[in-house]
Formats: sequence, structure tokens, C-alpha cells
Amino acid sequence: MTQLFRMAFRDLLRNRRRSFLSSLALAIGVALLMLMFAFVNGEMTGAMNSTIRLQSGHLQIRAETYDENKSSLKWSDLVENPDQIVQKISSLPPVIAATPRLFVSGIIASKDITAGVRVIGIDPTSKANEPYRLGLLEGQFLTLDDRDGILIGQPLAKKLDLKTGDSINVSVNTSNGDVSEQSFIVRGIYSTQTYGFDRVSVFMALPKAQTISGTENHASIIFILLNDNAQTDSVKNAIQAPGYKIVTWTEMNDLIIQTENFANSYINMFAFIILAITATVITNTLIMAVFERTREIGILSAIGMKASRIMGMFLMESSLLTIGGLVMGIIMGLLMVAWFNGHGFYIGNMGISGMLIQDTIYPNLTLTDTIRVSVISFVISLLAGMYPAVIAARMEPVEALHGGK
Amino acid sequence: MEVAKIENVTRVYKNGKIETNALSGVNLTIENGEFTSLVGPSGSGKTTLLQLIGCLDQPTTGKIFINGKDVSTLNKSARADIRRGTIGFIFQFFALIPTLNAYENIEMPLLLNGVKPDERRKTVTLLLEEVGLSDRANNRPDQMSGGQQQRVAIARAFATHPSIILADEPTANLDTANGEQVMELMTRLNKESGVTFVFATHDPRVIKYARRVITLRDGLIVDD
Ligand SMILES: Nc1ncnc2c1ncn2[C@@H]1O[C@H](COP(=O)(O)OP(=O)(O)OP(=O)(O)O)[C@@H](O)[C@H]1O
Ligand SMILES: [Mg+2]
Repeated sequence: MTQLFRMAFRDLLRNRRRSFLSSLALAIGVALLMLMFAFVNGEMTGAMNSTIRLQSGHLQIRAETYDENKSSLKWSDLVENPDQIVQKISSLPPVIAATPRLFVSGIIASKDITAGVRVIGIDPTSKANEPYRLGLLEGQFLTLDDRDGILIGQPLAKKLDLKTGDSINVSVNTSNGDVSEQSFIVRGIYSTQTYGFDRVSVFMALPKAQTISGTENHASIIFILLNDNAQTDSVKNAIQAPGYKIVTWTEMNDLIIQTENFANSYINMFAFIILAITATVITNTLIMAVFERTREIGILSAIGMKASRIMGMFLMESSLLTIGGLVMGIIMGLLMVAWFNGHGFYIGNMGISGMLIQDTIYPNLTLTDTIRVSVISFVISLLAGMYPAVIAARMEPVEALHGGK
Repeated sequence: MEVAKIENVTRVYKNGKIETNALSGVNLTIENGEFTSLVGPSGSGKTTLLQLIGCLDQPTTGKIFINGKDVSTLNKSARADIRRGTIGFIFQFFALIPTLNAYENIEMPLLLNGVKPDERRKTVTLLLEEVGLSDRANNRPDQMSGGQQQRVAIARAFATHPSIILADEPTANLDTANGEQVMELMTRLNKESGVTFVFATHDPRVIKYARRVITLRDGLIVDD
């Protein structure tokens, strides 16, 4: 065994450059795969996290008849007196914040330009609204008793050419099917770095939103944020809200989960292609090594080395190439992931509707993915080494002895 | 005791439609301790005969016995077992493993035979001394002269104390002085340990070392 190892190792050294280049091919493949897995994972967890933070929360309490696509303001579709429920939920330990939100569709107009918006009535004091407060680019955040202030996103501000302090006209749908119109002052401009959200969402203090839309003491939903995704089900079971339904982030974000599954099968296919190319390089290198060493194989066979051992020698050689390539690849992959983690990868506005994707992706390399890439590459490379090893083992000693002369 | 017995052996090479009768009915017995030379013109079948005795190849018809065992119909793996235990080879080209040094080349057949490390070390050290290359133990083949390489090859063939050592033109690529050194080494090993040698050669200076000379012509033994 050690002798086989020694011979395999020295043979690789004898062809240093060739060995290095084929290991490098594997290394580049492995590094690319790691980066790819990390990016998809980073993008998906990023999208999921922003969606949970900005839009869905971990849990929402809604009226039985509530339909998030219709934004109905009928009282029967809303949560009545949300504060009572909120107080009870807030005392559960895993809950970071529980807060009522009212969604009202409307149009804002400044000078001649108008834009469709989704007015969100919030309780500015709730921790759940931290992402918006922290995303403030200019101006001030809302207060609960603000009667004519509104917060708009940066893309909208750009589109309507607005600054803090400007006046705008806001028309919203009301509970009884009318439209009510009022003038507001831009208190501040925010950005969550999520174009899809910032473009349409404007904030108002909840009491004002309720007044202007005629919904009085009602909210569309109660938004609940937890410490940890994994606590969702246990909290859901602990909440008592008779007459209402409780939906979880997985139910609300079906699209993201489906997209993630789709992306995963897509990169698996991609991984297969990359590894097939790498395997070809390795097979090729080893076939060259086998033919170069035909006479050596003849000599070893003449002094009684069995075919299985000759095969073992070449498998050892491919394992060494593979391990070398893997180690190099993992190091390269980690460096690349680390670099992009520091710098981010700017993708700008991807224009995917229905999903909140941040404008910069940070790769997220999981241990599982690293192990998966390593194991798959190792197995495929070993399989790639099988064919040359079988060629070597099948050689007839007499012919092999002559072949190398 | 006979080491090798060849009965009515023929070997026909087929290359597409062309058939070559390399051996056309050879009968031969090689006794233990012989130091025998195979001579004959080029193409007379010397190499073919050595390959058959050495279990590298199989006869087209006829039987070959090594130490009384019929080896003519054994499969590839069983022939490898016979070669490993009972046969040593020396070739015209100095057939060493290029990536291994002199010591490791000699050690190789011992490893293949599962000899223990201590014993391997003793045997190899002794053999290096025997062939006068103790100071070359760490040299790889490309760092040795042809004569030195051939002496390492002899030590390797001898390492497992085989029943028979087959040498195909062992001196053909050596100058006179080195050739003589190689022949003297083989003679000495034969005298001291009684191992059987059969070598093919064209060289009259080599033939004179032999105690038995077998002459082949057109695949037949014409003189013994
Ligand atoms: N693999 C082969 N395929 C076809 N014919 C072969 C093969 N090997 C040998 N022969 C033929 O068999 C005959 C005997 O060859 P062999 O090599 O045994 O001769 P030899 O006595 O060793 O010759 P030399 O002194 O030149 O080495 C020759 O006619 C040769 O051409
Ligand atoms: Mg010959």
C-alpha cells in the first residue's frame, strides 16, 4: 500500500505540470460550485429574510375572510381591536414584536405625476418597524400622533421628484367604497435596499390611516416577528385568537420556497455539467499516464503484480490528484466566498415581482453545501479514474513489455 | 529435479491473416541448477520460448510444467501468482521502475510476496552488497549506468529466490566490460545458491559462460 502510494505520488511529481493542471481543473470546478451554491443560498435566505422582516413577518393574524390580494377594507375582513390581541402575544418569550398593520391602496400625486401606492398604517413605536426607521435616508420617522406625515421610499421619491418637507396629494380607498383625498407632508425618505418594496410602500401612522380610510379601530393584520424561524410553529400553537386565522411565513412565502427548490435543481444540473468537464480532464490525464507507463506496467506484471493491484496503483494516482484538487478548490472557494462576503455582489433591480430581492447578494456557504460539493466531486473524480485504471489492469504483460520499448 | 518441462509446444502468432510459427514443436527439460544458454539466429523463437517458460504467455498447443505443475492453461491471475513466487526476469532493456530507486526496485518483488519489513531490509541490503551497489541504494535508474541498472535488475530477479531466472539478451545493450561483469554475477549466484538460469543470447562471449547450450532454428531445437 505505501509502495503503491509512493509510486503514484512520484509519478504525479514526475509530471508536475500536468498533474497540477488537472488538479487545478478540478479545483476551479469545486470553487465555482461552492460559490454558486453559496450565492443561491445567500440570495434565497436573503430574499426570505427581507420578506419576513419587511413584509410577511413570521406569523400573521388575519380575519377568516381576509384575502391579501384584494386589500378589502370591509370591517368583516379586518381584525377588530387589535391592541388586545397584540398585548397578549407580546408577552410570549420568542416574540420580538407584534404590531397591527393596515394596508390601504391609494394613489399619490405631486405636480402632474401620479403613482399607485400601498399605504401601510403602522405603529411607529413598535420594534417591528425598525428596518424602516434604520433605512431612513433623510428626514424623520413618524410618530403615533402624526396626522399629516407620510414616509416614502427612495425610488418613489426619485420618480416624483420629492424631498423631505414637500407636500403631496394622497387619495385612498375607504371602507365603504369611496375615495378620500388629503394633502400630506413628506416626513422622510427611506430605503430598505429592496426595490420591489420601496417602490410601492408608503407609511402613515396607524390612527391616521384608520381615519382616512374609515376603518376606525381595525387593522388588516397583526404582524408578528420572532427570534428564530424555527419557533414559528410553537408560537402559532400558543396564540389564542378565536375567530381569526394564523398564517406562517412558509405559507405566505410559497413563491420563494418554490423558487429556491427550482434554483437548487437548476444548480444541481449545472454542477453536474461542471463536474463532467472536470472528470473528462482527469480521465484524459490518467489515460496519458497509463500509456506512458505501458512498459512499467509490463515489468510490474512480469514480476507478479496482479491486475487488481495495478488498477489500485492508478486509482491511488487519481485519488491523489482528486484530493489535491479538492483541497485547492476548497481553499479557493472559501477565499472567493470570503471576498464576495466582504464586497457583496451588486445585482441591482432584478425586476422580479412578487419577491423581495435585495440589490446586493452576499454568498452564504453552508457546511452541508461544502461537504456535498466535496463528496460529489470526489466520487465523480474517482469514477473518472476507473476507466484508465481498468485499461492498465487489462494489459497483457507481453504486449505491455513490448509496447513501451 | 526438473524446474521446467516443455512438451510439444507450439506458438503461432496471428496478425490478421498472417500466421507466424514462432515455435513449431519444442520438447525440453530444464533441471534444477542449470546455467543454460538459448542461442539461434534472430527470429528463431528464443524470446518466445522464454516468455512461455516464464508464464508471460501461453502456448498454442503443448504443455508446460513449472516445478511439476501444468501452467499452460492457467488464467491471467494464476499466472501472475506463479511468476511472483517462482520466476525471476532479466530483460535486454534494463527493466527497472523509473520512479523507484535501486533499493526500492529490489524490494518490489519482496513486497509483492508479502515479506515482512525487517526481512525485506536485510535481504535488500545484502543483495545490494552482493551486486556491488551498496552506495547506489538511493539512486533512481536514470542516475545509474546501464551496467549498474542491469545488476539491480539481477538483484531484483534474485530477491525472492525463485526456482528459475530467465534472462533475454541481458548483455545486448552493454559494453564488453559491463557484459562480463553481469555474466560473472549471474554465474556466481548460480554457483552459490544453485538458482537455475536460462538466458537467450547472440553473443559468443556470453555463450562461453553457459554449461549447456540449446540452439533454436525456425522454432525448433536443432542442437542441445
Ligand atoms: N507479438 C508477435 N506477433 C507476431 N509475430 C511475432 C510476435 N513476437 C514474435 N513474433 C515472430 O515470432 C518469431 C520468433 O520471434 P522471437 O522474438 O521469439 O525471436 P528471437 O529468437 O527472440 O529473435 P531475436 O534474436 O531477434 O530477439 C519471429 O518470426 C517473430 O517475428
Ligand atoms: Mg528475442
